[in-house]
Amino acid sequence: MTRWRSYHTPSTVEEALALLAQHPERARIVAGGTDLLLDLELGHESPVEMLVDITHIPQLTQIQEDDREPWIQIGAAVTHGRIERDPTLRRVATCLVEACSVVGGPQVRNVATLGGNVAHALPAADGTVGLLALDAQVQIATWREGQVDYTWHPLPAVFAGPGRNTLQPGQMLTAFRFRPPGPGEASAFDRIMRPQGVALPILGAAVRLGLDPERGTVAHATIALGPAGPVPFRATAAEQALRGADPTDLRAVEQVIQAAQAEARLRTSRHRASAAYRHEMVAVLLRRLLRRTVDRIRTAVPLGGPT
Amino acid sequence: MPTLHLTVNGVSHTLEVPAGRYLAEVLRYDLGLTGTKIGCNEAECGACTVLVNGQPVDSCIYPAFKAQNAEVLTIEGLAQVEGVVPDGSLRERVGLEVDEPLHPLQIAFAVHGATQCGFCTPGFIMQAKTLLDENPDPSDEEIKHCLKDTYCRCTGYVSIISAVKAAAEFKRTGRMPLPALPPAKEPLQWVGRPLVRPDAVDKVTGRALYADDLSFPDMLYGATLRSEHPHARIRAIHVQEALALPGVHAVLTYRDVPGDPRHGLVENDWPVFAGGPFPARYVGDPIALVVAESHELAHQALEQIRVDYEPLPVVADPRQALDPDAAVLHPDRPTGNLLKHIKVRRGQVDQGFAEADVVVERTFRTPRTEHAFLEPECSVAVPAGYDPDHPKLTVYVGSQIPYADRRQVAKSLGLPDEAVRIRGTVMGGGFGGKEDIAGQIHAALAAQVTGRPVKILYSRQESLRFHPKRHPTYIRVKMGARKDGTLTAVEAELWGDSGAYASLGEKVMTRATTHATGPYVVPHAKIDCYAVYTNNPPCGAFRGFGVTQSAFAVESTVDMLAQALGLDPIEFRRRNAMRVGVVTATGQVLRESVGLVECLERVERRIRAWRAELPGAAEAEESGDPWAPITVGTKRYAWGVAAGYKNTGLGGGAPDKAEAEVEVFPEGTAEIRISSAEMGQNLVGVLQAIAAEELGLPAGRVRVRVMDTDLTPDGGPTTASRQTYVSGNAARLAARTMRQRLQAVLSEKFDVHPEVIAFHEGLAYVDEERLRRVRRGGNGAGDPGGNGHNGAQGTAARRLTFAQAVQALLEEGREPRVRYEYWAPKTQPLGTGGDMHFAFSYAVHAALVAVDTETGEVAVEQVVSAHDVGRAINPLSLVGQIEGGIVMGLGNALTEHFIVEEGMPWTQRLGQYKMPGIKLTPRMVNELVEHPTADGPYGAKGVGEISSIPISAAIANAIANAVGVRVLALPVDQDALLLAMKQGQQELDRCWGDPPV
Ligand SMILES: Cc1cc2nc3c(=O)[nH]c(=O)nc-3n(C[C@@H](O)[C@@H](O)[C@H](O)COP(=O)(O)OP(=O)(O)OC[C@H]3O[C@@H](n4cnc5c(N)ncnc54)[C@H](O)[C@@H]3O)c2cc1C
Ligand code: FES
Ligand code: FES
Repeated sequence: MTRWRSYHTPSTVEEALALLAQHPERARIVAGGTDLLLDLELGHESPVEMLVDITHIPQLTQIQEDDREPWIQIGAAVTHGRIERDPTLRRVATCLVEACSVVGGPQVRNVATLGGNVAHALPAADGTVGLLALDAQVQIATWREGQVDYTWHPLPAVFAGPGRNTLQPGQMLTAFRFRPPGPGEASAFDRIMRPQGVALPILGAAVRLGLDPERGTVAHATIALGPAGPVPFRATAAEQALRGADPTDLRAVEQVIQAAQAEARLRTSRHRASAAYRHEMVAVLLRRLLRRTVDRIRTAVPLGGPT
Repeated sequence: MPTLHLTVNGVSHTLEVPAGRYLAEVLRYDLGLTGTKIGCNEAECGACTVLVNGQPVDSCIYPAFKAQNAEVLTIEGLAQVEGVVPDGSLRERVGLEVDEPLHPLQIAFAVHGATQCGFCTPGFIMQAKTLLDENPDPSDEEIKHCLKDTYCRCTGYVSIISAVKAAAEFKRTGRMPLPALPPAKEPLQWVGRPLVRPDAVDKVTGRALYADDLSFPDMLYGATLRSEHPHARIRAIHVQEALALPGVHAVLTYRDVPGDPRHGLVENDWPVFAGGPFPARYVGDPIALVVAESHELAHQALEQIRVDYEPLPVVADPRQALDPDAAVLHPDRPTGNLLKHIKVRRGQVDQGFAEADVVVERTFRTPRTEHAFLEPECSVAVPAGYDPDHPKLTVYVGSQIPYADRRQVAKSLGLPDEAVRIRGTVMGGGFGGKEDIAGQIHAALAAQVTGRPVKILYSRQESLRFHPKRHPTYIRVKMGARKDGTLTAVEAELWGDSGAYASLGEKVMTRATTHATGPYVVPHAKIDCYAVYTNNPPCGAFRGFGVTQSAFAVESTVDMLAQALGLDPIEFRRRNAMRVGVVTATGQVLRESVGLVECLERVERRIRAWRAELPGAAEAEESGDPWAPITVGTKRYAWGVAAGYKNTGLGGGAPDKAEAEVEVFPEGTAEIRISSAEMGQNLVGVLQAIAAEELGLPAGRVRVRVMDTDLTPDGGPTTASRQTYVSGNAARLAARTMRQRLQAVLSEKFDVHPEVIAFHEGLAYVDEERLRRVRRGGNGAGDPGGNGHNGAQGTAARRLTFAQAVQALLEEGREPRVRYEYWAPKTQPLGTGGDMHFAFSYAVHAALVAVDTETGEVAVEQVVSAHDVGRAINPLSLVGQIEGGIVMGLGNALTEHFIVEEGMPWTQRLGQYKMPGIKLTPRMVNELVEHPTADGPYGAKGVGEISSIPISAAIANAIANAVGVRVLALPVDQDALLLAMKQGQQELDRCWGDPPV
C-alpha cells in the first residue's frame, strides 16, 4: 500500500482542525494508530495522504478533576496505559480502568488512546464500554471559519453504526467527562474472550451502581454491554429493573439479566461467538459484575494494585 | 523529504526520511540498528518493542515522525544504560563466554535458555526491562501481565519467566540464580551440562544477523504477486505498466525461468511461477515477481500488474478430492488427486475385534495449523562476481535444508549445483515450515537477471498465505480390548489434506499412519491413509510430522477404552505399552531404548503426589482416583494423560547420513562444520559440546559453523528430530578421527601407545593410569575410542597444550582437517517388515485443566511430563525443547486453527492466528528419562518433536475427566463446549473455526 506523504504533529486543536480543513478529502486524524494504521496497512482503509497526529496536543492528554463542577475529564488522546496507571482514575473510574487494562499488551496500551477507541466506534470496544457505564459525556470540537467551538454531548451521540461515528469533516473528539462516584457507589468491568484469533471480546460489560445507604437497594445503575447491537449498548431496561432492587437478591438479579437478554441485540458472528453463547454470557457477566460492584461498595476498596 | 530528529541510544540523529516511515524501519534500515526485529507489522507479536521516552511501544506501526525529538532506546543501547560484566563464575558454571557489559536481563536470558531462535529476544528484553525498572521483585502474574502481547514460538515462556525473575534477583542481590533443571545423568566433561548456547550473547544483544538484517550496496527488492484464486488458469499477465514505473528493474514471470520450471522436495510439482502451462492451484501461488529499487516501490508496482484468470472448480475438502467428478489438480499424475494411499497391515483385524470385549470407534478432526515462526521468510541473493566475497551466485537464507535449496535453485536456473552457494543466516524459527522453497529461487533468478543483489522479504501476511501448514486431518479410529485391558486390534482411516503441492505430504502422512497404533503392542492392525491434493494451502512438515494428528485420535480413543473397561488410564497404557522386545505394527522389533513404562510411572507418581497434597485429600473419598474432577467455584479441575512416541531420523528405507568436518588450529582451537540447520533448537551447542568432549577442549574453544553449502559438508535435512543423532554422530566421529590422528602423531613423539594419550581441558598428555592399564595388557582409554580421562595429567615432560599438539600435527605434514560421513543404521520401507526406524523417543504428558462451567473456557493450569530422550546432551536446551513443544501442542489443542474456506484463507493476519501467549503458559514439571540408544551420540535420540505430541490428547482427556464431554475436534471451542455441557451432550464434534450452524 502507498503510505501517507506528510505527517503533522500540531500542538493545538486549532492547528489540527485547520490542517484537516485544508485537505478534507485526503487527511485523517491519527492518535495511537493501533486501529487506523493497521487498517491502512491491510488495505481495509483507502490510502490517505496526510496524517494529523493529535497526541502532541497538550490539551488532549490531560486527566483533570474540575474544581468548579464535579466532573472528571479525560483528554481524547490519553492512552490506555495512562488510564490504567492513573491513581485518580483507579479510584473514581474503576470500570474504565479495568476495561483499558485488558486491551492489547503494554506496548499497544502505551499508544492506543481512549479517543481512538471511541472514534473507531466498534460496539465491542472495551474502553468505550467502560466509559459508557460511567454515563460519560464527550466533547466535540468543531471548526467554524477559523474558530473552534466546543460542545458536550452524551457519549452515545457519537456512534452511527459498527465502525462509524457521527463526526463530520472539521470535527474531532477532544475529551470525555463523567461524574465521580459518591459514597455508596462503585463500578466494575469484565469481559469474555476466546483464546483464538479474535482480538475483540465475545462480550464485554460494565456496571456502575449506587446503593441506597439505608436500605442497601439500588439507587441508580448504569449497565453497558458490547457487542449487543450496532453501537455500544446501554441496557436501559436492565438498569430500570435494577433500580430499587436488592442487588444481592438472586431472584432480582435474574430479572435484571432477563431484561438485559431481552433488550440486547445479540448476533452470531463468524468465528467469534454464537448468539446463544452471548445470551449466556450476558448472565454470567452481569452476575459477576453485580457481585463485584456490591463488594466494592461494601468494602470501599475500588481497585487494588495493577490488574 | 521531511527531517526527523531522534536520539537513539544516546546518539542524536538527523535524517531525511519519507513521511510514511515507521520507527522500526528507520532503526533497522536507515540507522542499521537491526537488533529490533519485525515479526508481524500488526502490533501483535512485540518483536519490534523499543522504548520511546521510556515507554515500550511496537515500533513496527509507530510512525517515525511520532517520535520526532524523542529519546529511543533499543536493544543495542541497553547495556549502556545498565550493564555489568558477568563475573567468571558464570563462565565456569555454565560456559557463558562474555567480557563486555550486559544488562542483567541479557545475562539471565542467556543463562536460563530464554533465547532459542532469538528472534523474539530483543523485544522481550526491552519489554521486561520496563517491568524491572518499576518492580524489583515481580511475581509470575506481574511478569505475565507485562509480557502479555510479546510472543515467543520457541521457549514456551517458562524459561523467560525464570529469566526475568533471575534478572530481578541479580539486580537485588548481585547473584545470578541458575535455572532449575530436572535431574539427568552424571555429566561428562561437556556432554550432559546445561551450557549456555554458543550464540546466546549475539542473540541477547541483537547482534545476531538474520536474513533481513543483511544488506548490500546497490541491493534491489523483490515483491511477489500471488494468485487471487484458489484454482485458475492464467490467461494473461499484463506487466507493462508495472515495468514502466521508474525504479522498477524487472517483472519476472513463468517465461523467465531458464531451467526447470518446477521444484519440490519429494515431488517436482511446484511451479516457480504459476502461469502458462501451470494453473494457480492455491492462493499462495506466485505469478510475478517485481524487482525494484525499494521494497515500497516493488509493492506499489504489484498493484499495476493485471492478471486474466479463468477460474476453475475448487477442490476444498480432502474427502471430496477423490470423487470422480472432482477437478484434478495435477493432470500429469497417474493417481489423480491421490498423492498417496498409505497402508499398515498386521494380523487380522476382524479376528482382533472378535476377541475384544469392548470396541470404541470415533472420528476425530485436527486443525490446519501454522508454524508462526517469529521470523518471516527472507532471501537475499547476490549475483556471481558481485564482489570478491561472492564469486558465485549466493543466496543468504534461513533454511532447514541448505543443500536441497541449492539443488532446487540450481535446477530452476539451469546451473550446475556447484555454481550456487547457499549461506545460512541466523534463523528465527522453522518447526518444519522452512524446508520448502520460499523466495530462494526468485531471489537468485532476480539477481541473475538484474546483476544486482536482490532481497525478498515476506510480510507476515504473505508468509501466512504462502507457506505450507500442518495437515488438517479426519481420523476414524476403531480400537478393541479385552476385559483384562489387553489391546486386540486397531483399525484406522486417515484423510490428510496435503493442499496444492506435495511438499513433504506423503512422508508426513506416512508417519501419521505408522504411528496410528500409539506406542502400544497391537497384534492386529489395519490402517489406511489417503493423502490428497486440494486447492488449499499446501501442507508439509510441522513439528510432530503427522504424529501430532494421529496421537490425538489414538490417545483420546485409548482413554475412552480405559473408561469403558473401568481401568485407570495409566494402568491401561502400561499393560499395552511398548517395551524392549516387542514388535510394532509395522513389524519392527524394538531392541533397545524404550523408556515408555518409566515415563508412565514417573508421571503417575507426580499426579498421585499432587493429589495427596491437596487440602482435605486424606478425607476426600475420591482421592484414590487421581482423575476425578475437583470443583472450585464455577471451575472444574481434572487431570488427563496421554502418551506418544516419535521416530528419530528419516526412516522408511531413506538413506540417512550426515557429513561433518572438523579442523584444528595451531592456536589451540577447533571448528566443526556441517550444513545442518540451527533454527533455535541449539544444535550448535550440541555439536560444540560433542566436539569439545571428543577433543578434550574447553567448549568455548570449539567454533561451530553450519548451513553453508560451500564451507560445510551436507548434514542432510533438519527434520524428523534427526540432527542430534545423525549430525551429532557425524560431529562426534569426525572429532574422534581427528583426536586419533593427533594421538598417532603424539604417540611417536612420546613413544607410547596412542591410546594412552589423553585429551583433557585443552591438554594432551600421557595418562599414567592408562599407561599402567596398557602395560597390564588392557586397552588405554577404557572405552575403545572414548575420551575418558583418569585424572592423572601426566608429567610435564609428557604433556602438551592442545595448541602444541596441533603444531606437532602440522609439523608432521598431516592434514589439520578431517571429514567424516556418518551413515545412520539402515531402515526398511513400510510394508517390508523390519526396522522402519533406527530409534524412537517416548513421552507421557499429563495436563491439569480448569473448565469454567459457566463460560466453557478451558485453561491448562499445570503440565507434568516425562520424556525418554536417550541422553540429555544439554539439559538446558533439551528442557527448552520440551517446554516449547508442550506449549505448541497446547496451541494445537486450544488456540490454533488456520481457517480456509473454499480455498480462501480466513486467517490472513497474525492477529487472526493466536499462538499461545505467555498468559496460557502452565506451570510445568518435566522429568527426563534416559534409556540410551546404542548408536546415538552418548546414547541420545531425538526430542524436537515428541515434546509437542501427546499434550493435545492429554488436554482433551482432562476435559473429558473434568466435565464429561469428549472433544472430537480441535481446537476446542468454548462456545460449543458450554452448550454441550448445558445440554448434557457427552461428545463434541465442533471446533473453533467450523462454520456457524
Ligand atoms: C494487538 C491489539 C490488540 C487490541 N486489543 C483490543 C481490545 O482487546 N479491546 C479493544 O477495545 N481494542 C483493542 N484493540 C484496538 C485498540 O487499540 C484501539 O481501538 C484503540 O483504542 C484505538 O485508539 P488509537 O489511538 O490507536 O486510534 P487510531 O488508530 O489512531 O484511530 C482510530 C480511528 O479514530 C480516529 N480518531 C482517533 N482519535 C480521534 C479523535 N480524537 N477525534 C476523532 N477521530 C479520532 C482516527 O481517525 C481513526 O479513524 C487492539 C489493538 C491491537 C493492535
Ligand atoms: S508487533 Fe511489531 S513486529 Fe510484531
Ligand atoms: S526464541 Fe522466542 S521466538 Fe524463537
